Amino acid sequence: MPDSLAVPLANPSGGLWLVAAIVWPVLAALLAICSGGRLADRIALLAMPIGLGIAVAIAMAVLPVGHVLTYAVGGWNPPLGILLRADTLSAAMLLTAAIVICATGIFARGAFSLRAGTPETRGSLAFWTLLLAVWSAMNLVFLGNDLFNLYVALELLTFAAVPLVCLDGSAATLAAALRYLLFALLGSVLYLLGTGLLYGAYGTLDITLLAARVRPDFATWVAAAVMTTGLLAKTALFPLHLWLPPAHAGAPPAASAVLSALVVKASFFLVIRLWFDAMPGLWNSLATQLLAALGAGAIFYGSVLALRQQRLKLLIAYSTVAQIGYLFLMFPLAFDPIAGRLQAGIALTGGLLQTVSHAFAKAGMFMAAGLVATAIGHDRIAGLAGIGRAMPISLFAFGLAGVSLIGLPPSGGFLAKWLLLSAAIASGQWWWVAVLVIGGLFTGAYVLLVLVRAMGTTEAPLILHVSVSRYRELTALILSLMAVLLGLIAFGPLA
Amino acid sequence: MSSTTLFGMCAAALVGLGLYGLLIHPQTLRRIVAFNLLGGGVFLMFGVVARRGAAAGMASDPVPQALVITGVVVAFSATALAIALLLRLFADSGDASLRSPPHDGVAADRTHV
Repeated sequence: MPDSLAVPLANPSGGLWLVAAIVWPVLAALLAICSGGRLADRIALLAMPIGLGIAVAIAMAVLPVGHVLTYAVGGWNPPLGILLRADTLSAAMLLTAAIVICATGIFARGAFSLRAGTPETRGSLAFWTLLLAVWSAMNLVFLGNDLFNLYVALELLTFAAVPLVCLDGSAATLAAALRYLLFALLGSVLYLLGTGLLYGAYGTLDITLLAARVRPDFATWVAAAVMTTGLLAKTALFPLHLWLPPAHAGAPPAASAVLSALVVKASFFLVIRLWFDAMPGLWNSLATQLLAALGAGAIFYGSVLALRQQRLKLLIAYSTVAQIGYLFLMFPLAFDPIAGRLQAGIALTGGLLQTVSHAFAKAGMFMAAGLVATAIGHDRIAGLAGIGRAMPISLFAFGLAGVSLIGLPPSGGFLAKWLLLSAAIASGQWWWVAVLVIGGLFTGAYVLLVLVRAMGTTEAPLILHVSVSRYRELTALILSLMAVLLGLIAFGPLA
Repeated sequence: MSSTTLFGMCAAALVGLGLYGLLIHPQTLRRIVAFNLLGGGVFLMFGVVARRGAAAGMASDPVPQALVITGVVVAFSATALAIALLLRLFADSGDASLRSPPHDGVAADRTHV
């Protein structure tokens, strides 16, 4: 590609924020490893507000005016160089990830910080460095504009997320981590296969350049299909969800919150990048309907299994399987049959809102459930009676998160489903309206199942084995509240 | 048959064998080996792309070779992580297979994983 060699690109000053978003958590993680488990929590907790500040700075530059920030690494242009790029989608996801990571950090202090005089544990070092590594890899996924660079980001995310599943080191969690790793590796190697095919066909890996060159031919179809399949395995979309529930069963609540709220969204984000940005004109109606049919399968399958669970944590894990399904309903709704391409419109906005509100709600829900399990020593749903009286804040956090998952107004989940419903009605695809409505009823059933049990009374007052800190309960509550209040942005800047 | 076609077909065969092994074998070690076979096929495919000169029409293209080096490093780390988890699992439970499928039913419990 002689035309592209050594063409320096003037990097605008705002672009440096993108580098900072990726490099800052890595620096903190390296520092944490060097200083050991005794200081790791303090380093991570100091790094988090600054990382949140970086995400806010990018969001302030991008969101209000729809401005796009770019940074060409080393001053080299694509197709040979690697471009970092932040558009509205990236900025929204960066901000979501920063908020959830910071909340997880505050929540995890109670579980992974060492008190003076206690011996250093593996968990205290591993958790904080892995959390920072997850953050950095996520930011790279949101900012990358080069398909191979994104492959590396996906693998970094896998390597950081898998050990979070088996922090307690028991055989059951090791098996769950290994199963997760095998699924994730299959997913990323399929993604890499597609990347190679696309490079062979078009000679570029840059998403923007690719979008201009893509032709609907056989090689492109195969590449797009294997890449999408790989990403779906990492997103845990039904029927490739088998790794997700066991991974959550034994993971610490803070790790579950990050996994369910953020990690699965990273690969979903790449599906959006691939379908909407890299090759919007490649798809036909059948492909989008197929993707949404898998989503509908996930909604029904995940909801039914959530209703049948005996453990609270697994109920929430299956709820994640179901809620991921909603994300894929937007593809046929965003498809414009006349233009023959995917259009960014209210369906995409609805899908993005569902991603963000589910991230807040599910993180809050896992934290609340984790606190309940810590306090009463188990998380059997049948034994939750009396929790409403003993731990009102945690149960309120669970309930508020449930409100957003069900889609009751004014929550973010409501606005997301409202936008998807409007798009479905506007495009005359009534069957997705039915899926959305029935899915909401199912969600209501399993959320109420827990709430009714927890509000029940017992003859003997419930004895809490461990008292949980008030600030941890409040962290869960704030995340759930954010999920509920997210619906109000309809009246705010994005109206 | 040109050399790129031959190697391309080898790559396709490796990908097919690896995919089959990764999906079908109950033994975790075999699945890890199958993952490496699948990865080998993908890397060979990158080599074919490089030899064909990609879309730029050059005699050969160095970019896919640079990508393969990164890919090999990543696949190596992934294999190391998987083997480490497997060894630890074997040491703790005396069983190195993920035989019982994840329980999707009511009995889903960490003791059954």
